Amino acid sequence: MSYLVDILVSASFWAAVIRIASPLVLATMGELICERAGVLNLGIEGIMVIGAFTGWLAVYQGLPLWGGVGVAMAAGMLFGLLHATLTVPFGLSQHVVGLGVTLLATSTSSFAYRLALPEVTSPPKIVPFQPLDLPVLSDLPFLGEVLFTQTAFTWFAFAIAVLVSVILFRTPLGLAIRAAGENPSAVEAQGLSVSGLRMGAVIVGSGLMAMGGAFLTLSAFSSFFFEMVNGRGWICVALVVFGAWMPGKAVLGAILFAAFDALQIRLQQTPIGADLPYQVFLMAPYVLSILALILMSRRAEVPAALMTPYSKGER
Amino acid sequence: MTRADVQAGDYVLRLDGIAKRFGPLVANSGITLDLKRGEVVALLGENGAGKTTLMNILFGHYVADEGTVEVFGQPLPPGNPRAALAAGVGMVHQHFTLADNLSVLDNITLGTESLWSRGRGRRAARERIAALSRDFGLSVHPEARVGTLSVGERQRVEILKALYRDARILILDEPTAVLTPQETDALFETLRKAIAAGLSIIFISHKLHEVMAIADRCIVLRHGKVVGEVDTHATDRARLAALMVGSEVSLPKAEARRPGPVLMRLDRVSTPAKGTATGLRDVSIDLCAGQIVGLAGVSGNGQAALADLVSGLVRPDEGRVEIAGEELRSWTPRQALKHHIARIPEDRHKTGTISDFSLTENAVLEGYSHPPFSRRSWMDWHAAERFAKDIIAKYDVRCQGPSQQIRLLSGGNMQKLILGRVLEPSPRIILANQPVRGLDVGAIAYVQSRLIAARDAGAAVLLISEDLDDIQSLSDVIHVMSEGRLSPAFPRGTKTAAELGLWMAGQGFEGRTHAA
Amino acid sequence: MRLEPIPNPTLARRIGLPAAALTATTLMAALLALVAGANPFAVLGQIVTGAVGSRFALLETLNRATPLIFTGLAVAVAFKAKLWNIGAEAQLYAGAIVAVLLGTGALGSPLVLPVSALAAMVAGALVLLGPVLLKTRLGVDEVVTTLLLNFIMLLFVSYLLEGPMKDPMGMGWPKSPALIKDARLPRIVEGLRLHWGFALALIAAVAVHVIERRTTFGFEMRAVGSNIGAARFMGVPVNRVLIQTALLSGGLAALAGWSEVAGLKGHLSQDLSPGFGYTGIIVAMLALLNPLAVVGTAIFVAGVFVGSDAMSRAAGVPTYIADMLLASALLFMVLAIFLVRMRVVRG
Repeated sequence: MSYLVDILVSASFWAAVIRIASPLVLATMGELICERAGVLNLGIEGIMVIGAFTGWLAVYQGLPLWGGVGVAMAAGMLFGLLHATLTVPFGLSQHVVGLGVTLLATSTSSFAYRLALPEVTSPPKIVPFQPLDLPVLSDLPFLGEVLFTQTAFTWFAFAIAVLVSVILFRTPLGLAIRAAGENPSAVEAQGLSVSGLRMGAVIVGSGLMAMGGAFLTLSAFSSFFFEMVNGRGWICVALVVFGAWMPGKAVLGAILFAAFDALQIRLQQTPIGADLPYQVFLMAPYVLSILALILMSRRAEVPAALMTPYSKGER
Repeated sequence: MTRADVQAGDYVLRLDGIAKRFGPLVANSGITLDLKRGEVVALLGENGAGKTTLMNILFGHYVADEGTVEVFGQPLPPGNPRAALAAGVGMVHQHFTLADNLSVLDNITLGTESLWSRGRGRRAARERIAALSRDFGLSVHPEARVGTLSVGERQRVEILKALYRDARILILDEPTAVLTPQETDALFETLRKAIAAGLSIIFISHKLHEVMAIADRCIVLRHGKVVGEVDTHATDRARLAALMVGSEVSLPKAEARRPGPVLMRLDRVSTPAKGTATGLRDVSIDLCAGQIVGLAGVSGNGQAALADLVSGLVRPDEGRVEIAGEELRSWTPRQALKHHIARIPEDRHKTGTISDFSLTENAVLEGYSHPPFSRRSWMDWHAAERFAKDIIAKYDVRCQGPSQQIRLLSGGNMQKLILGRVLEPSPRIILANQPVRGLDVGAIAYVQSRLIAARDAGAAVLLISEDLDDIQSLSDVIHVMSEGRLSPAFPRGTKTAAELGLWMAGQGFEGRTHAA
Repeated sequence: MRLEPIPNPTLARRIGLPAAALTATTLMAALLALVAGANPFAVLGQIVTGAVGSRFALLETLNRATPLIFTGLAVAVAFKAKLWNIGAEAQLYAGAIVAVLLGTGALGSPLVLPVSALAAMVAGALVLLGPVLLKTRLGVDEVVTTLLLNFIMLLFVSYLLEGPMKDPMGMGWPKSPALIKDARLPRIVEGLRLHWGFALALIAAVAVHVIERRTTFGFEMRAVGSNIGAARFMGVPVNRVLIQTALLSGGLAALAGWSEVAGLKGHLSQDLSPGFGYTGIIVAMLALLNPLAVVGTAIFVAGVFVGSDAMSRAAGVPTYIADMLLASALLFMVLAIFLVRMRVVRG
């Protein structure tokens, strides 16, 4: 087991954990906002794909990296608007619409990619976000490598999580969003628009999901592949449950999850990796997500009006 | 302020020519109503008369097809609750609009601060709530989670919500429906304080004695129209009743009967609490052949648990349940049906019917798994349709035919189909949980007469209702539930409403180990 | 704005709105063709000809429709009970694995086909049994668990094909050995490239229809899906019904994989299903969960795929246009169906 210890004490391992957690944090916060307002957004997987693609394409076409992040967010919000329009005022099945949005966003990405790059065989690269080089801090032993050589995008992701937490629990807007997910008629009786709040939450949440996708192309890797999101969206849906709809716990869940992911990558290089087929390691994230769901079953406090459409003046 | 102080032109609210249709249904038509400062106007009418629709228009939940609303001389933009709130209209909804998982303070301050402000003034809010609680006699803890509060406390939060926003006009939709008589008195005390503070009140009700007690003026609605407007001191209950119902509808009177043998007995039964809903605590009750047992109590005090138990949905933690002298071992809805228990559920739409199913399918929902409807796992739809047609004819269900979807039926006709479904197999025990809630007077009379007929034919009836008047007029014996406990049996006419109210508020249970 | 139910929608409304959804999808196709710099009329024409323009094209479409009928039925029965089985892809591969396990010599002649079909259904049912037990016992949402199982199953297949199930004669490609002749589904008519899997799919559709409409279980299943609270109150054994539904759904999805291996491919490879499990959701929703209509929508969906492939080769518009069109058709259709029964009114 000594190699396990070696891995767990190495700074590069923990740096990888933070890196792997970043896109999950962004997308999980996006899903969390939607669900807090009462809307399950299963468009997440496809919205992450469209974010990864549009962010990458924008930078490939010459936009600065943050410009690419902005483009990804806008694209995500557009699909969020589609999801919100169908599920909020029309109150259509959130399951069906969510899956439909995922299929549409994914196929749009593939279609547009092929259209933009018809002849390319190996995906072109862009120059991704670079690790920050902070004076003094980056040179700290251990912590310097773990925290202070991350990219600006990683810092941004965690800052977003803090911001989401503050907004949800410290501001009137957050109270209104949470109330929309608990009892929409309470929101309407206080003169607020349930539709407005829910649509806003889904649109903004989708923007965050798309930025999570963009992290993959703009910070983690440097090109776009069709299968690159690979179920991360669904894992984020599980992380929201695991985090009991609390931003802080969800971030912890993302980090825990990323730790296992980073661990399995490293374990593949050890004698264990030689004994076991590599597919077992690749399964780990999905198995882990299912285990997380089982662990949190019956414990978490689900927003009372999650998946319940609301129409005005409903009695 | 007394009525003498009210001057013409002192109108705080005028509704003019309000009309509203929902598809083919005319909910409101040409309604004109005004409210003076410091006045209490009662809006009286039976279920479906259009009271709630009218108030939802005033509050901006609905947009009227015709007509205008003026508050303090200013026209109110339609369909905008925010504008209504800003103009000083506060509404206490019949079904409370509170988020259970949020605190009292959160519920009250929700929407009162700009959504874009950076923080929340919690301390100032807490002080203001404390002051309002004191001034209006509405004690409630601001940090308590609403889900943990009693029904009476929740109503106080609803009223505080309006007062916190400086409401000048208070609309209360059937506020006493869920209260004990004593809680009702306290509510009236609060309302008098509000009037003294210069508020005006619209009080929606169908209970005449309350209207007479609190209102200055009374506007009667029937079938969406104003059919009368009277000063309360210049009229009496009989005249109001006649106005409200139109023609004389006499509700059936149950004659007292000698009870037969015990058909179902609960002996010191307790059931688990379900979330915030109370379970049963050491409850003993006998249901005898040929007897209607009325169960009174404020909703949320364990009636649902008792109904679930009798329905077969819940098994007792402790205690014995006997049917015809035999102790039950396993207990499921199917067992309940096998023991000839008829179950009229509390909620017609959510548990009593499947709205997308046809009348035929709904008619066999309970009997579907046995002959004649099912043989060797195959459905016999011809038999099912014959059964549905039978019910439609015998119970006077107004519909287009057995293949019509049940969601298109009115509440009364839906309830008639349920009655047919449960009464046709000649049950021995009948659970009637809020059987007349939301029905018009004609349907109420019909349902009640069917229950009395079933009793006279020898069935044991357990009648659960929040409406003490219903309980008192139909029951041979009355029990009161409070916090999951059951009072002793009070034979018909031995207790006044006020005395029952004390039991409903939980007095009288102390020192009792269990009720006989 | 408010939604108001329409008590008795007119025939025009019931036909017109779904037709409008299909028209919108067609317009979308034209738009995408324009975006891709192609002539929209030519593109639409080539999709139609490519799908049904020749005997070869038509048979190709029906072949492609076969697994989609199975996965469409699997999704339709599950969704009818409001059991959100998004894992048809995993169940499909379970069926495919069984087809290889029993079809490569483990079992002798004539029995092999019926036995492996049944075994495949059992395998698919077991794959869905886990998530449904987690749902009924612990309240774990089945959407996410079934979705995640798809990824796990694909990795498992990858392991099998690179390990124990690898074809030693496969020149290093990750594919299984070929099925023996007795384990292959014959063609319906000799000389025509359409296997008995298609006929089996039609029989399955009729069987599911009969189960839903005529049997006690079907009634229970619909009751659970329409109003689970009422069903429980009426004494419907809700958990048992959900489990039975899951077994049926998983079994149907598994037949998709089984018939692809036994009828079309003859071996298992990682690209056996280009997302038939997910496309099954579109097929089922377009059919409004009606099992007989699933046959029609599966052929339609297959036609869009086959036609788009052909069009793509000719016109150069990326073949992913098919996925985009079908995803849009799904969203247009759910909205259209909703608007059949509801209208938007002021206030």
